[in-house]
Amino acid sequence: MNNHWQPTAEILTLRERAKVLAQVRAFFAERGVMEVDTQCMSHAAVSDPFIDSLEVSYHPYPGAETQSLFLQSSPEYAMKRLLAADSGPIYQLGKAFRNGEVGRLHNPEFTILEWYRPRLSSAELMDEVQALVTAVLGEQHWERLSYRELFLRYVSLDPHAVSIEHLKTLLEPHFDMPFTDDRKDTWLELVMSHLIEPKLIEPVLVYDFPASQAALAEVKSDEHGTLVATRFELYAGGMELANGYQELRDPQEQADRLQADDQFRGQSGLPQRPLETRLVAALEAGFPNCSGVALGFDRLLMIKLGLSSIKEVIPFAFERA
Amino acid sequence: MGNVSSGQFKTGMKVMVDGDPCNMVEVEFVKPGKGQAFTRVRLRNLLTGRIWERTFKSNESAETADVMDRDMEYLYSDGEMWHFMEPQSFEQYAADENAVAEGAKWLKEGDKVMITLWNDNPIAVTPPNFVELEVVETDPGLKGDTANGGSKPAKMSTGAVVKVPLFINEGEVLRIDTRSGEYVSRA
Repeated sequence: MNNHWQPTAEILTLRERAKVLAQVRAFFAERGVMEVDTQCMSHAAVSDPFIDSLEVSYHPYPGAETQSLFLQSSPEYAMKRLLAADSGPIYQLGKAFRNGEVGRLHNPEFTILEWYRPRLSSAELMDEVQALVTAVLGEQHWERLSYRELFLRYVSLDPHAVSIEHLKTLLEPHFDMPFTDDRKDTWLELVMSHLIEPKLIEPVLVYDFPASQAALAEVKSDEHGTLVATRFELYAGGMELANGYQELRDPQEQADRLQADDQFRGQSGLPQRPLETRLVAALEAGFPNCSGVALGFDRLLMIKLGLSSIKEVIPFAFERA
Repeated sequence: MGNVSSGQFKTGMKVMVDGDPCNMVEVEFVKPGKGQAFTRVRLRNLLTGRIWERTFKSNESAETADVMDRDMEYLYSDGEMWHFMEPQSFEQYAADENAVAEGAKWLKEGDKVMITLWNDNPIAVTPPNFVELEVVETDPGLKGDTANGGSKPAKMSTGAVVKVPLFINEGEVLRIDTRSGEYVSRA
């Protein structure tokens, strides 16, 4: 009676998965991008306040005092250290881990495709994202919109100028949200995830995010004089599929952002973990002008196969892992 | 009852929201890669039937509601209340008009129904998906007309009025789908 031994994905789906894994590797081999497989387990953890790392206990022998190590939420830090060591263009297709993320579109252990292109601008990298996704999904109607244009089109407001109160009034007729949050980005993200994202079925590359959502992207002034992050995201199939940056190169700015994240974690009661200061050292040693992007491989497969839940494309999803 | 944090919400979970017991019809974990996690829930108020969406922050929780579904036997109605019995314990429960609602017209004495209890009080009555009821009033049947379309109203023993094929006569027992209110076949 108990069928809990069975995979959550059908074998036919896994055959398709294997084909797309091979296809992605062929795509990069042809373009002279080197595959790397950096560590899943590191002494440092991601600083992003809203990404929680899984902590593992390492000990030199059973019974000895343990040391906390962290499963990587993406290979970004390690890959950037390789770039600083003159690796040239690199990609990684492997596992990443995010604590607490389980749902229709999330599995705490998932397959990430991340790649870095020295000398390419983020606009040129968007071209490559489009080429890769087209290779897997076939020809589709693509669009490119700035974050501002996207909000103007779907909710008729300028996200850089709008107030938190105004964002709330957009959401209230549809959703009860009886909580407070004085972070404007939270409300922008809610509008994005609740009102806009579900409508983005055909691929849309969104660029020039608010500077406050820069993460590890460079910040610049756009044509309206607004500070924006040279960050882009790909949405398709009603979900977030990829996130890319014109990568930050300034070591001091990098160190400041790590500190700011850590401080925010402290103030918000979120766990504070060892920061990846070796990334700062790597940028100091010299980091190429470079763009990078990470794409959710499982979600790409969901779109290709028309499946609505991530567990249907993963051999053994969280509940059966 | 305990509390359950929004990260643990699941479809079918019963929780208290604004003082009323609610069923989680649909639960969706929402989290932008770099952003905050939320849980978007489609809720059904078990007292009023209202369905709406509520989004919870990851640090929010909800009190679980003492709601359970029990199979019971329908006994009778005294005109004001409908009486049911739990067949193992012989314990009897009385449900009011709000709880029985639309289900009343499908209740036949002795039938098995599902009663939703909140703090041990009936708040909803779900009749079986299919019931077999006798026709007490309808126009005379038309001989020979067995296949071709056409229907007429028929009043059933419970008072429900169902559209039935023209060949059906008074006194016949019919199988009805209570979810759609449609005639299925002769029993």
